[in-house]
Amino acid sequence: MNQMKMEHVPGKARGKITLYALSTCGWCAKTKELLRELGVDHFYVFVDLLPPEELEEAIREVEKFNPAGSFPTLVINEGTRVIIGFREQEIREALG
Amino acid sequence: MSAAAPLTEEIQARYEKIKREAEEGGYHLNPDQAFTMNLVRGLLVNEQRYGYPSCPCRISFGKREEDLDIICPCDYRDPDLDEFNACYCALYVSDAILKKELSVGSIPERRPPRSERKAVLAGSSGRLTDMALPFPVWRCRVCGYLCARDTPPLVCPVCKATKDRFERFI
Repeated sequence: MNQMKMEHVPGKARGKITLYALSTCGWCAKTKELLRELGVDHFYVFVDLLPPEELEEAIREVEKFNPAGSFPTLVINEGTRVIIGFREQEIREALG
Repeated sequence: MSAAAPLTEEIQARYEKIKREAEEGGYHLNPDQAFTMNLVRGLLVNEQRYGYPSCPCRISFGKREEDLDIICPCDYRDPDLDEFNACYCALYVSDAILKKELSVGSIPERRPPRSERKAVLAGSSGRLTDMALPFPVWRCRVCGYLCARDTPPLVCPVCKATKDRFERFI
């Protein structure tokens, strides 16, 4: 199985941070902006832009951390902490 | 996915249309203009990709019959407006938010997870037992509009949802 392509945004080390997002979603955009503002090292992927053969795999991955399969899903350190939705305070506290 | 990005004029035109229809039906769009325009852009992108304007904040596999509940306005808008003062993507907001008595935030997903949705598609939705009525009664799953006629209308006269968004109610 090939690894889906993630964008890497370099920054301060706060553990492994992965954002699963949709390119069309307002809350995903706000979450992405917040990570940038916090300046933390992270990876993100716009799941809706993946080729169809990778889509199913990506959604299964999201469902593993968030059974609703909703976006944005922010996964910290392989699921030690998962933040679902644009929860600004929670994200700031976890990564600030 | 190769379709051209929607033009600013297209986004503006669709925004005006959605806003007009919303206000006519007693609904309100999010007053945060930049945020709302971005969602309308997302709706147009999805319409180009999938052939229908599915919710910009939900993933689609491009199968209309599996996405009927998330074609904007989605089946979850009204209960979310009642409980959280905004729909899931926050395109639609309540009076209180429009008047700035409350602020909009990210809300929990009301749509059931994939495994449960498939079960619902396979089974039939609960409905009252057949009564001796001269016409069946159809219910719009978006806004709850009811009408008694042989088939549902092509478009809901209240919220403009399409015929395939109706369910047999009685």
